[in-house]
Amino acid sequence: MNYLLQRLLSAIPVLLGITIIVFFIISLIPGDPATAILGSYATPENVKLLNEQLGLDKGLVQRYFIWLGNLVQGDLGRSFALNRPVLDEILERFNATLILSGTAFILCSVVGVLIGTISAFKQYTITDKIITFTVLTGISLPSFFLGMMMILLFAVNLQWLPVSGMYAIYGGGDFLDLIHHLIMPAIALALVATGVVARITRNSVLEILRQDYIRTARAKGVREGNVLFKHVLRIAIVTILPILGLQAGFVLSGSVFIEIVFQWPGVGRMLVDAILKRDILLVQGGVMFVAACYVLFNIAVDLLQRYLDPRIK
Amino acid sequence: MNNKMDILSAKNLSKFYSKNKGLFNKQSINLRAVNNININLKAKESLGIVGESGCGKSTLAKMLAGLITPSSGEIKIQDKDINNYKKYELPNHIQYMFQDPISSLNPRKTIYQSLAAPLKYLRNLDEKEIEKEIKSIIKEVSLKEEFLNRFPHEFSGGQAQRIGIARVLLSKAKIIILDEPVSALDVSVQSQILNLLNDLQKKFELSYIVISHDLAVIEAICDRVMVMYFGDIVEKSDAKELFQKPYHPYTNLLLKSVPKTNQKIKIQNLIETELPDPINPPEGCSFYSRCENKTEKCKDLNPEETIKENRKFKCFFPNN
Amino acid sequence: MINFLKLISRNKLALFGGILLVIIFVVSFLSPLLPLKDPDVIKTSDRFLLPFSEGYLLGTDHLGRDLLSRLLWGTRLSLLVGISAALISATIGSILGTIAGFYGNKTDNVIMRIIDVLMAFPYILLALAIVAVLGPGLFNAMIAVALVNIPFFARNIRGVTVTIANKEFIDAARLSGMSNFKIIIYEIFPNILPVIVVTISTTVGWMILETAGLSFLGLGSQPPQADLGSMLGEGRSALIVNPHTSYVPGAMIFLIVIAVNLFGDGIRDALDPRLSKGELVKPQPVTQIKSNGNVENKSNSFLSVKNLTTAFEFDNKLHLASKDVSFDIKKGECLGLIGESGSGKSVTALSITCLVASPPGVIVNGSVKFQGDDILKMNYEQIRELRGNKISYIFQDPLSTLHPLIKIGKQLEEAFIEHNHQKNKEATLKGKELLKLVQIPNIENVWNSYPHELSGGMRQRVSIAMALTNDPELIIADEPTTALDVTVQAQILSLLDTLRKERGLSVLFISHDFGVVSQICDRVIVMYGGQIVEEGKTENIMSKPRHPYTSQLMECVPHIGFGKRKLPTILGSPPLIIYKKEIGCSFASRCLFKKDNCLNEDIKIVRKGDSEVRCLYPHE
Repeated sequence: MNYLLQRLLSAIPVLLGITIIVFFIISLIPGDPATAILGSYATPENVKLLNEQLGLDKGLVQRYFIWLGNLVQGDLGRSFALNRPVLDEILERFNATLILSGTAFILCSVVGVLIGTISAFKQYTITDKIITFTVLTGISLPSFFLGMMMILLFAVNLQWLPVSGMYAIYGGGDFLDLIHHLIMPAIALALVATGVVARITRNSVLEILRQDYIRTARAKGVREGNVLFKHVLRIAIVTILPILGLQAGFVLSGSVFIEIVFQWPGVGRMLVDAILKRDILLVQGGVMFVAACYVLFNIAVDLLQRYLDPRIK
Repeated sequence: MNNKMDILSAKNLSKFYSKNKGLFNKQSINLRAVNNININLKAKESLGIVGESGCGKSTLAKMLAGLITPSSGEIKIQDKDINNYKKYELPNHIQYMFQDPISSLNPRKTIYQSLAAPLKYLRNLDEKEIEKEIKSIIKEVSLKEEFLNRFPHEFSGGQAQRIGIARVLLSKAKIIILDEPVSALDVSVQSQILNLLNDLQKKFELSYIVISHDLAVIEAICDRVMVMYFGDIVEKSDAKELFQKPYHPYTNLLLKSVPKTNQKIKIQNLIETELPDPINPPEGCSFYSRCENKTEKCKDLNPEETIKENRKFKCFFPNN
Repeated sequence: MINFLKLISRNKLALFGGILLVIIFVVSFLSPLLPLKDPDVIKTSDRFLLPFSEGYLLGTDHLGRDLLSRLLWGTRLSLLVGISAALISATIGSILGTIAGFYGNKTDNVIMRIIDVLMAFPYILLALAIVAVLGPGLFNAMIAVALVNIPFFARNIRGVTVTIANKEFIDAARLSGMSNFKIIIYEIFPNILPVIVVTISTTVGWMILETAGLSFLGLGSQPPQADLGSMLGEGRSALIVNPHTSYVPGAMIFLIVIAVNLFGDGIRDALDPRLSKGELVKPQPVTQIKSNGNVENKSNSFLSVKNLTTAFEFDNKLHLASKDVSFDIKKGECLGLIGESGSGKSVTALSITCLVASPPGVIVNGSVKFQGDDILKMNYEQIRELRGNKISYIFQDPLSTLHPLIKIGKQLEEAFIEHNHQKNKEATLKGKELLKLVQIPNIENVWNSYPHELSGGMRQRVSIAMALTNDPELIIADEPTTALDVTVQAQILSLLDTLRKERGLSVLFISHDFGVVSQICDRVIVMYGGQIVEEGKTENIMSKPRHPYTSQLMECVPHIGFGKRKLPTILGSPPLIIYKKEIGCSFASRCLFKKDNCLNEDIKIVRKGDSEVRCLYPHE
């Protein structure tokens, strides 16, 4: 409990670091937001007025602290392109991203660890070779290309699944409809990460099998199944957990592409649009929000790691 | 204490490892490794430091060689504080030989390259002189010249330890610290190395500090012995006298525990074998919980060094 | 280097990847010289021609541009950008990682905190932000991808550097007068270089994908110039009607990345020392047995080992670890097996229940009869029934031989549950009783501890308790006190001795220490070079050894009570590898008493009274 508090507090400098990077990088973006809002025919007086309204006439550091102060209060400003509060937009979009990325993440963790273990335990058999080959193919395919090919095959040619979107436009909207729309993007998104997890699992299981304590278990007459489930996997999970934490970041990143390919109404698509439209506050808020969630997620992974491995002090 | 004859002396040497207790607690935990130790080494002498794992003997040795900075205390080599030596001057006077002979050699360098380093950087010799020196030293340690172009993994432990000795000798340092010089070696090879060390000491007029957990090894090459327990020296004496007549009960226990080939095991009661907590060291004698001679006094008071019949020890109730 | 290429080319998949990569490289980099159409020339009359159309091998895109030409030019661009990004981030990341890992403390803290912050972003967010600042464009996308991957390199390299910086040879270099800068360049760098190469080769494919991704989003290369990513991006708008504009660049990305990955895996495998040592091959639950003939074993002893020969197989060559080892153990007897490293003592002990890791271990010959049945002829299930039940083991270093993440109590219960099909209650009772038997104080505490929380002595007591779980009849103890301090060793030995006498256990006790063996063994076997050289009653061997090796070895062990002195020695060092063909006495080269014929014939072991010796000229 004490540790939990400590860990949360230690995240504060990291979060502050993120705010600094986000704020200053975004402030470096060339171009004048006021001109962007008012269009190129705006009079200099109007631009100046708007700059004052937006607080852009103040110094950079001062603006950072104002922005930080607002941020802490949950005020991320207004998106000028969408003309609504940034936070509202993000929260609405993030829900969709979470559904997609979360599903993909669970998929890659479970399937990755499972096939990695099977592959190691059946090393050099035909099963192992098939898995190894599939995994290799998986990690070499760009997820956006895979997504496009899946659309062609399953949505256009076979017509089993919808081409894009999160819910059907007419009717739909229920859970089953969501699942129906989720299958393709989630698989496309999970594939690379699944491959990575499977490979690392396979190697670490093989390495663990060589350890002295596995020999001890066998010397005790423990059945091979129990050696695998009670002894090997117990350690393997501890070594794979940090990798899963990293994969969450990759899945989140990949979701940007998948959201675009499948027209999924998530944060990623919103961010790319915002960058192209120079909607600075929305970019700032979006990046900040996702990064903060990722930091929290990693804290959770850390805590789980600590719980599973009593050697960490 | 700091005799003019001493080639090396250390006064009130301590090492604590500290760690912050936590985010809210600025007070730090001190982990005691070496506690207020005095050492002196005469020229051409070999001094043994014996103790079990965790007693702080390696920490002590590394501090003397300048590889670890002490928390407090001073170390003098030839009457000059080691902090007053120029940056790369100290290795010309004191060298350290490592326990694991293979891992003290860079796996990606040939033996020649490893041996050339001290000649190049410590003694600034040119290529020709370096080659001459290496070829002559390699004979001293009874290795063949053709070994020079090989890599460390091609050597047995005994050969690698000879290379380690050669490297140390090339620096021309007169003080050498030997950290468990033979514990990684096979029994049949140990005695070769110990003899070599004895011979080289005479030939090059070296002074040794030998760290070991093995009493027999210490006895075979040392003139004087210090026994360490829990970061402290509990007994120091001439080697001969110590092995014949241990004063401190811990020394006695160590000697008694060495298995001998001519006798069967004696049934021992379970006596406490755990060391005290280094974060929270006891008030009194640190050997209290394991001691056969203990009384209430030992629990509350830490014995100062006592001198009796030319023997020095830290115990209220010594054997004999 | 040649060796390295050979190693890679032995791996067929890596070779395939390498060749594919070379082809792609050559063709794409020659594209300015090839007779191709201009990739940017628009000809709207020829839009969306299918592949294999006349004049357009791969067809055309939405503006009627030749896809083949665009593909090759695009490939060139993608490769260039991906590889540059990898090299930039590898260089900067490695420098940062080395500095952080080598200097440690504050330097490390500052660098790693910054890296932590950067890693707190999912990589695409950072890349998007960087592109947003620099503006869309291929060069900017490359910078973004390079920057985003720096933390990854820095972290990896830092980890390796820390390990190397703590090695003794770095201290040795310091004592050779080398400055920190020289140590980094001459000592650290050669050792981290393989890791850098492996990291580059396994991430370059990923970086090609990332840059393609940014172009796909329209943030990379800008029209009319196109890399593979932006070609795919353009193709997407016509995906359903004209899919070939998508799958042509998509397939190329896939080919490049899979070639890079295959080749990268080859490099990784060639540079990974674990692989050449066979450490990434699954060890079988029982040692492979390749016994060619049946060894006749009519002994009715409690345990009878006959002609046991175990080897390690590397590259289809057998290296013998033990050769024709034969001995008996009577009920209630403690037999010592003594020898130096490479003598074959541990391999013999493990071979008894087929525990030698296989591959590479192979039992080539022999018979192990336990209570009348030959273990080497049993199937896995029968052997498993014996292990930890009638025959149990105590190993050397209990920190590495106990499972680090399972509580002591659970580990103790396990052997009982596996063999008695009984549930936890009895097992717990039994386990606690055993802890009491091995004189562990505060049992409840220890029961709920993890191995790392106990001292070495306590852990070894737990191992002994574990071995006793199912009231075994034979205990095989492999150097059980070697990792312990002398004072603790004395206690463990006395505990073992008491227990075996109380319970009438047979013990096979492996050690390198004559002192330890003579404390508790009734009989002793001395091994050298994989063979038994002498066997006899403990007191006889200790007082009157007959084999020259035994006598010379005992003389050169330092004993207490003789002062500073010159010690007797044996020349040379024990053999590490034994070849099958070698004839004659394996000790002859070091022996003080050898004669000419010692090397001419195979020397049989000869029994005399209650002792055996393998020597033509034993001491009488």
